[in-house]
Amino acid sequence: MLELDRVSKTYKVGTFGGKDLHAVMNVSFNVGDGEVVSLIGESGSGKTTIGKMILRLLPITSGTIQFDGVDISTLEGAELKDYYRKVQGVFQDPFSSYNPIFKADRLFKILQEEFYPEIKNQEWDDKVESAMKDVGLNPNEVLNKFPHQLSGGQLQRFLIARALLLDIKFLVADEIISMLDASRRIDVLNLLADLKSLGLSILFITHDLSLGYYISERAVILYGGSVAEMGATEKIYFNPIHPYSQMLMACVPRLDQEWEEVDVDLRGKQFEHTGGCIYFERCPIAGNKCLDEPPLIEIEEDHFVACWKDFEENA
Amino acid sequence: MSLQVEHLTVYYQTLRGDVQALEDATFTIEDGEIMGLAGESGCGKTTLGHSLIRLVPPMRYVRGKVKIDSEELPIWGMEEMNPFRFKKISIIPQYAMNAMNPTRKIGKMTEELLESRKVSFSDTLPELKRRLDMVELTHDVMNMYPIELSGGMKQRMVMVLSTLMDPTLLIADEITSALDVSTQKAVAEMLVEFRNRECCNSVMLITHDLSILYQIADTIMVMYAGQLSEKAATHTMIHSPRHPYTKLLISSLPKVGVKYAEKRLKGIPGSPPLLLDPPIGCRFRERCPVAFDKCLDVPPFLEIEKDHLVACWKEFERDA
Repeated sequence: MLELDRVSKTYKVGTFGGKDLHAVMNVSFNVGDGEVVSLIGESGSGKTTIGKMILRLLPITSGTIQFDGVDISTLEGAELKDYYRKVQGVFQDPFSSYNPIFKADRLFKILQEEFYPEIKNQEWDDKVESAMKDVGLNPNEVLNKFPHQLSGGQLQRFLIARALLLDIKFLVADEIISMLDASRRIDVLNLLADLKSLGLSILFITHDLSLGYYISERAVILYGGSVAEMGATEKIYFNPIHPYSQMLMACVPRLDQEWEEVDVDLRGKQFEHTGGCIYFERCPIAGNKCLDEPPLIEIEEDHFVACWKDFEENA
Repeated sequence: MSLQVEHLTVYYQTLRGDVQALEDATFTIEDGEIMGLAGESGCGKTTLGHSLIRLVPPMRYVRGKVKIDSEELPIWGMEEMNPFRFKKISIIPQYAMNAMNPTRKIGKMTEELLESRKVSFSDTLPELKRRLDMVELTHDVMNMYPIELSGGMKQRMVMVLSTLMDPTLLIADEITSALDVSTQKAVAEMLVEFRNRECCNSVMLITHDLSILYQIADTIMVMYAGQLSEKAATHTMIHSPRHPYTKLLISSLPKVGVKYAEKRLKGIPGSPPLLLDPPIGCRFRERCPVAFDKCLDVPPFLEIEKDHLVACWKEFERDA
């Protein structure tokens, strides 16, 4: 359904834009129909940038993103609008997605004017109500209110309902759980799981590994804008190969086991592409070979790793 | 016993009346104990932490007593608290990343801070350097501005500053929430290290993340809507909770290895009550699956097993 092919994003930084900052470097992966893919990484790993590029909120520096075989960067006018009928995003902070001057349900009205002018008002209101019920809200309680009268969880579900009204095929969910309370998180996660069973594909961007495991079939681990490891969720979680994934998995606080002894390197993270492996600076097992950039190689079925050390051992 | 809190009640004053954010809290923290304080947003955990060190309007002290090292803490008085702050009781605030003066070099700022408390900077310097080593910061940070440090580094710097006077109680408010998992682990382990090396006697670690507490806390206390629900040793709390709220909360957390297709987790229906006009009796009553008539009275916070305190009528009945 969605295919990223060596997508990169470079920002100009420094005085007069003299330096390049590679936020995303040659990232390739795809998301199938009705599939949930977790995009996992720490802050600064480029996960939100990828989400924004898919939504065409940011231009791509190089590479292509294809949706159903069409390169999305070529879309314009009516075609682009058609793309947004199928692809929508929900972001981390629901409070900043609303205009505080207007009532929160104004966004449904805008949606109708913009995308469905042919639908009658009465019919549209019914559609809105059923979408509200789909996301587990009571329409009488939440409609006709201002954003400050609603909780973060309610606002977040408004945004999901908005996406549902468009009959979308693909949802970019960027950290949509982190703002919610523990007792509410699982409701939103279950909602996503239900939508998925109806055929929706989801790119689930998160830094919380247990949430990623709960919902997704496949996971992509990003480090410094490059894919460190990707594949089936079980394989990544229980058999991480890349030293970064191993460190990450060992650091996840769990409720069923104590932390393992791992050395966490606290040196500043330098996401600088010097040509070699991006994890070189922090890697405990780095060797000379790592001064070259490691390719992403399939080491077993549906399990890709970018690490020279592993290739050597298997060779 | 390093901290003893009895019937502490703190409200927020608003134009529409008092928000009853903390109601009748009674608990103790032992010497060397790391107590995790957990709960959802708006449950009063930060109110509890802050009222112990800096009770300012709109917070209003209603009643209750706080003792630290058997000495009464004058939490109601802004001025009276000054001899205790920093030396006896100290805090790493939630906004630790923005807590340092951006216009001063860190060394200079530390010097000013210590001098304002009549402590000599040069006498403290060797100890300060030793602590910087403990948190793996170079001594060069003293000549840097806060903006030159990353989020995790600032967090660790504030941790060093807060504990410099070896306080009896250290309040750590959401110190791991904004950090990446790897940095989170390092900071959490440093906190334990601080306690082990007696840089602080006991710690109150405020967080909404129970899995962090499971890793480092000795005991966990859970709050709901301004009331204490349960306090127990970490292992007991996670594996055999007694309060219905704690049970539901813990069972709703996804764990690595749990997939929705195999085991669908359930949330807690309903939402927390507004504390401006809270329901009478147990505040969890409306969402509680086992609530009954008795719950219209406020349940006391009682010890039902050794070191296991619960506020639930159903549990008292079961034990009776």
